[in-house]
Amino acid sequence: MSDITKQSLTELIENIKNKKLSSTEVTKAFIDRSEKSKKLNAYITEDFTSALNKAKKFDQKPNFDLKLSGIPMAVKDLFCTRDIKTTAGSKILNNFVPTYESTVTENIWNEGAILLGKLNCDEFAMGSSNETSFFGNVQNPIDKNLVPGGSSGGSASAVAGQLTPITIGTDTGGSIRQPASFTGTVGLKPTYGSCSRYGIVAFASSLDQAGPMAQNVKDCALLQEVISTYDPKDSTSIDFKRNQYSKELSNNIKGKKIGIPKEYRVDGMPKEIEDLWLKGIQFVKDCGAETIDISLPHTTYALPTYYIVAPAEASSNLARYDGVKYGFRAKGENLIDMYEKTRSEGFGTEVQRRIMIGTYVLSSGYYDAYYLKAQKVRKLIKNDFDEAYKKVDAILTPSTPSSAFRIGEKTNDPVSMYLNDIFTVPVNLAGLPGISIPAGHDSKGYPLGLQIIGKAFDEQNILNIAFAMEEKINFKNKITDWWIK
Amino acid sequence: MSKKNSEYLINRKDNQYEVVIGLEVHAQVLSESKLFSTSATKFGAEPNTQVSLVDAAFPGMLPVINEFCVKQAIKTGIGLNAKINKRSVFDRKNYFYADLPQGYQISQFKDPIVGEGKIILDMPDGQKEVGIERLHLEQDAGKSIHDLDPQNTFVDLNRSGVALMEIVSKPDLRSPDEVSAYIKKLRSIMRYLGTCDGNMQEGSLRADVNVSVRAKGSKEFGTRCEIKNVNSIKFMQMAIEYEANRQVDLIEEGKSIDQETRLFDTKKNETRSMRSKEDAHDYRYFPDPDLLPLEVSDEFINDLKNNIPELPDDKKKRFIDEFKLSPYEATILVSDIDTAKYFEEVVAKMGKNKDMKLAVNWITGELFAVLNDKNLEISQSPVSAKNLAILVNLIKNGTISGKIAKTVFDLMLDGDKDPQKIVEEKGLKQQSDPKAIEALIDKIINDNREKAIEYKQGKQKLFGFFVGQAMKASGGKANPQLINEILKKKLQ
Repeated sequence: MSDITKQSLTELIENIKNKKLSSTEVTKAFIDRSEKSKKLNAYITEDFTSALNKAKKFDQKPNFDLKLSGIPMAVKDLFCTRDIKTTAGSKILNNFVPTYESTVTENIWNEGAILLGKLNCDEFAMGSSNETSFFGNVQNPIDKNLVPGGSSGGSASAVAGQLTPITIGTDTGGSIRQPASFTGTVGLKPTYGSCSRYGIVAFASSLDQAGPMAQNVKDCALLQEVISTYDPKDSTSIDFKRNQYSKELSNNIKGKKIGIPKEYRVDGMPKEIEDLWLKGIQFVKDCGAETIDISLPHTTYALPTYYIVAPAEASSNLARYDGVKYGFRAKGENLIDMYEKTRSEGFGTEVQRRIMIGTYVLSSGYYDAYYLKAQKVRKLIKNDFDEAYKKVDAILTPSTPSSAFRIGEKTNDPVSMYLNDIFTVPVNLAGLPGISIPAGHDSKGYPLGLQIIGKAFDEQNILNIAFAMEEKINFKNKITDWWIK
Repeated sequence: MSKKNSEYLINRKDNQYEVVIGLEVHAQVLSESKLFSTSATKFGAEPNTQVSLVDAAFPGMLPVINEFCVKQAIKTGIGLNAKINKRSVFDRKNYFYADLPQGYQISQFKDPIVGEGKIILDMPDGQKEVGIERLHLEQDAGKSIHDLDPQNTFVDLNRSGVALMEIVSKPDLRSPDEVSAYIKKLRSIMRYLGTCDGNMQEGSLRADVNVSVRAKGSKEFGTRCEIKNVNSIKFMQMAIEYEANRQVDLIEEGKSIDQETRLFDTKKNETRSMRSKEDAHDYRYFPDPDLLPLEVSDEFINDLKNNIPELPDDKKKRFIDEFKLSPYEATILVSDIDTAKYFEEVVAKMGKNKDMKLAVNWITGELFAVLNDKNLEISQSPVSAKNLAILVNLIKNGTISGKIAKTVFDLMLDGDKDPQKIVEEKGLKQQSDPKAIEALIDKIINDNREKAIEYKQGKQKLFGFFVGQAMKASGGKANPQLINEILKKKLQ
């Protein structure tokens, strides 16, 4: 089969189980395509030899009772992987090899999946274009010199470019949904507390969530089923009844009430996005759901709130990268000099900017005006959603205010870059699940995504809505393999 | 209750100054594992052998609260008669240092686990109440070792993440003696509760001392200086003496006191400026997003309350009521849990016909002297409570005299020997047969007829001579009371 890499996860599992394909064949196909796709710069670390060995081992003694039997996959380089270099896209962790495994990746390997390698991302997941990575830009398979979004840019690029059948990313303010939207793929940010944060390099602890990225909703549901477990090693992990998301997946959303928040009609939003949204409203209606106009009045404060809370937590979370224990260390005259040189040379501009912002908003005299105020606003934003969910089952919005932009287009304008997250950050601030599905193309032929936001712990519901819409939308990603030819 | 005798004042020409002291005690929680990780906490282990990935702050590692440490803090709060806060919050205190792997210490800032409480001190001139401001849980840092290498500093993370209770007193202390009594009482309460071993040599108990001075009678507080990390009562007292006098001298010279953090140099016996208020760290406290607020139920607290052992104040009261001890004796015996345990075991083993006074005298006299001499804790006593009880009973029932008992006690020290056996083997049993003693005395009077006549003529001093002779003749074993009685009769 020459088109192995074009198959969905569900098809690959089926074919491996039915022995139409061996794990070795599948793994080799994705490795071959990855080898030909170096121009995308999706990988930071490849683990191909070891992956092939694991696939061969699987084929010798296959276990088909697992959920991801013999499936190769690459993961975002923010997940700590035992004995495999984990960089978080940063120079400061350029030489860091963990002796431990994140819970989320452990869950994946326990279900029979095989690690292909570690995927590029914005440094410490801080970015919306994958341009802040120490390991260089990632190309969007959609078009040359187009950003894949961020921070899970390598992950999105690898799924869209069929370098991996599925992947996992992390989402602090949109880092799964925005790149999914930019690359015509599906990305789910689960409810805060659904997936363990243990072993994930922290950016902003109260916002970070791991989540699946895939070619379609069903694959996404299956991967979510695997990665979401209660974990006592993460104090913010929540012990709730988790569904068998893929088995319980249903396209019957008749009678569901879908909220359309008027505040998401932001100034200067391109007409294409507005049209896409209207199209989405029509799709859900076609599926038998009802749409209801709702108000989320504090939406306009979400972005400033996010850019206080996230940098504040980051400034503290990143204090451990000091050159003392592991990672990059610069030579210094004394301890303070070593700290300053290590962190100046080890962190990139965007990370330094956010550490500065975070340090500032937490400092005495400014704490009440910024951090404390932001926490209060965050509560109001959550209240908005709670209020809305008295009337609706889910909320439909665009995923991003624009389609993918050019590499370099926004690098000198951080605020314009931050505005990319305008539709995604409220979801993180409220700790809710959100999924982005591809829903159309803009005039340039670039994909556009729609976001479905759910109630806390109600991943099944938004997966079902996405599943129903996916059928109606019948989106086809335009991948021309420009980087191979 | 007069306080005049113990009032601690600093005199300068015509002025008298009062010293105001508040303590921030750091007490290491007695616990097998650390506050947010499962690493061991044993003292004296090889460097960096008790360090988990969490303690060393590896990427992606997360803290998980140790429930046992929470219980220990609440128990201590109960022991301090303090308010237990059902909701408390862990905050991050951010600063960079080589032995602080996370770049922040997890502590409690705005919402501590324990609120206001109090401690009663037994001072020579009466009781004194000292207010407790709060108790909170926090992580200890690692240890930087600067003297192993001329160029490099080594870091030992064994202590990193160990649970500490910071116990903050109100500025209620007024003298070095009160500070000593406060630390001892606090230590005693925690040792009774089993929440801190109070071992100051091993650093399980150390304190930051806040000192200010003011004119006697003034209600206003003076500017305070904080003396960091003092690790013995003696050093605390010396530091306070020095610091209070330094501040008084400044005032007398018309100068002002700067609010600052100071270090106590134990070799030079002086405090030195460490950093001024302007240089104080901005710790950027904020709630740790890796940890949810700590919430405990009434049931959880009540369970702990119901299992609190008898504490020193109650025990003292009981010793006075039940055993008829003097307050002074009771205070000595309850001051340390092991002493109290030892005493109560002696009491139990003495059985029905017990002599409490004698037991107390033997413990606080002979036993304490030996322990002091050999530099031992009572828990390491070479004489067990059981054998000391037997010894006291042997005296009480007249088997041996108090004098012989001292000989027996010395022999018991070697291997905790049974005093009964020593008495039998060495034939030290007291001679209490009146006929035998009478015979013995008759012989002595007969041998010293002239002296007997002199006595009868009024030379009373000679009575002692006859007692001595009788004792000597019996090899020290004759019952001294009987000797007295019979001699008096015979010499009439």
